[in-house]
Amino acid sequence: MAAITNPSVGSLPPRSMGALDTAPSEGVYTDTVVRLFSLAAVLWGVVGMLVGVIIAAQLTWPELNLGIPWLSYGRLRPLHTNAVIFAFGGCVLFATSFHVAQRTCQTRLFAPKLALFTFWGWQAVIVAAAITLPMGFTQGKEYAELEWPIDLLIAVVWICYAIVFFGTLGIRKVRHIYVANWFFGAFIIAVALLHIVNSAAIPVGMWKSYSAYAGVQDAMIQWWYGHNAVGFFLTAGFLGLMYYYIPKQAERPIYSYRLSIVHFWALIFTYMWAGPHHLHYTALPDWVQSVGMVFSVVLLAPSWGGMINGIMTLSGAWHKLRDDPILKFLIVSLSFYGMSTFEGPMMAIKTVNALSHYTDWTIGHVHSGALGWVGFISMGALYHLIPRLYGKTKMHSVPAIEMHFWIATIGIVLYIAAMWIAGVMQGLMWRAVNPDGTLVYSFVEGVKATFPYYVIRLIGGLLYFAGMLIMAWNVVMTVKGARAVPVPIPAPVQPAPANLVAPA
Amino acid sequence: MESLYLLIPLSAALVLLILGIFGWAVFRGQFEDLEGEAERILDADCTQVDADQVAKTSGSKESGH
Repeated sequence: MAAITNPSVGSLPPRSMGALDTAPSEGVYTDTVVRLFSLAAVLWGVVGMLVGVIIAAQLTWPELNLGIPWLSYGRLRPLHTNAVIFAFGGCVLFATSFHVAQRTCQTRLFAPKLALFTFWGWQAVIVAAAITLPMGFTQGKEYAELEWPIDLLIAVVWICYAIVFFGTLGIRKVRHIYVANWFFGAFIIAVALLHIVNSAAIPVGMWKSYSAYAGVQDAMIQWWYGHNAVGFFLTAGFLGLMYYYIPKQAERPIYSYRLSIVHFWALIFTYMWAGPHHLHYTALPDWVQSVGMVFSVVLLAPSWGGMINGIMTLSGAWHKLRDDPILKFLIVSLSFYGMSTFEGPMMAIKTVNALSHYTDWTIGHVHSGALGWVGFISMGALYHLIPRLYGKTKMHSVPAIEMHFWIATIGIVLYIAAMWIAGVMQGLMWRAVNPDGTLVYSFVEGVKATFPYYVIRLIGGLLYFAGMLIMAWNVVMTVKGARAVPVPIPAPVQPAPANLVAPA
Repeated sequence: MESLYLLIPLSAALVLLILGIFGWAVFRGQFEDLEGEAERILDADCTQVDADQVAKTSGSKESGH
């Protein structure tokens, strides 16, 4: 409101505001909450990946459970998934969506105090998860383990997130809504819907509840949630990052903006229907499984369209990839996105699934998406974003980014190659039958044969974790002693000549 | 399979919602100048704010059209 009487305020930062840009100032972007989420993302990345390394070691040497219930694999595994997906990935999404929405809409955040509440609320959710999961409180639903009081808090934080994000789009100063915001918006709406439907439960105590659905119904709801959590949280949300930070870092517009629009609409139309592929050969009706399979295969098209669009942004400027480790992160993340979105539809085909399901192949698939796509696009975006939030143009050490990239890439390759081999081997051993119809291998023989691959996976995970530690050091060195510089919002161009085309 | 009675209408409603939003985007001119919008985010100073949009969202008296 104040800016209308003083439209030239954008040309210089109002000194009196200082770093306190959460104050309702129209003159500067609301970056405090972006800074907080970015730094929290790095912290939770370290914690979540450390827990991942611990449980990988426990799978290799079960003695590392140490006989302590709170440190046993069954309790730490959901802690790992929640920490890396919702704490690390979630903080990255909050930070980047708040940053991208402001920059592309040329306005400050709508309701900055509410945005700050989403930060502290989300951290409260993470801490509550880190306490309750090792204590054994769980709803037993994969990626939705948290008990009902925490679920309620998530719902409240998420609705506030939606208000801030869509409110910001509502007060935008640019007529066009940039494609990244469409992806963020779809992610926010879909996750709200998925969370509320899947977490419906009847509480029987403070830390115990029963799902509102039973049996195969519950399984169907759970994997409708589970698959769309992958589709909207881990895909659509991070595609929002991709469509902003790759053009920014490459200093080139996206290869085809038209294709990015097609990518968006095709992806969100298709994703919702693919969930049943998690329940092949179960009590789920056969036709539902087939529908899930078909939609999963169809998903290949929009996924690859998006991947090609992102990678081809560098077309004619491939040399940038040689010198810029941040671009390496961003572009290699897309090649992992392409790889796992090819692998996923293949694994959703029932005959392939008969071999791959319940084996470590699934773990390899998930991690090529998680470490390669989500991890790398997040790290690339954070390396781009963090120095700029502190008035710098680059990180403290660029060679350290390069080192991080190579260590992490080797880690991923070891991880997924080990899990592919282990998974196919397990699948073949489980289905091998003697001429008289008896099983050739007992289950434990498969476990024994997997041991070396578990060791290799642990090494891969250790490398990836080491890369994250390098990043944390680099971030600390970048931020240490730096000042949070408020960034002024540009003032509107008054004449607005050729831009003002009347809608047809 | 009672859960399908929830999931299928929910997904169908969502598709209708998506279609509605898509229609809004098309008819409100969101896709008029695609290449220009791709370039805009790279503008170093990001000064190309649309004056008519500013007027609309600030509730100011100057109207775009």
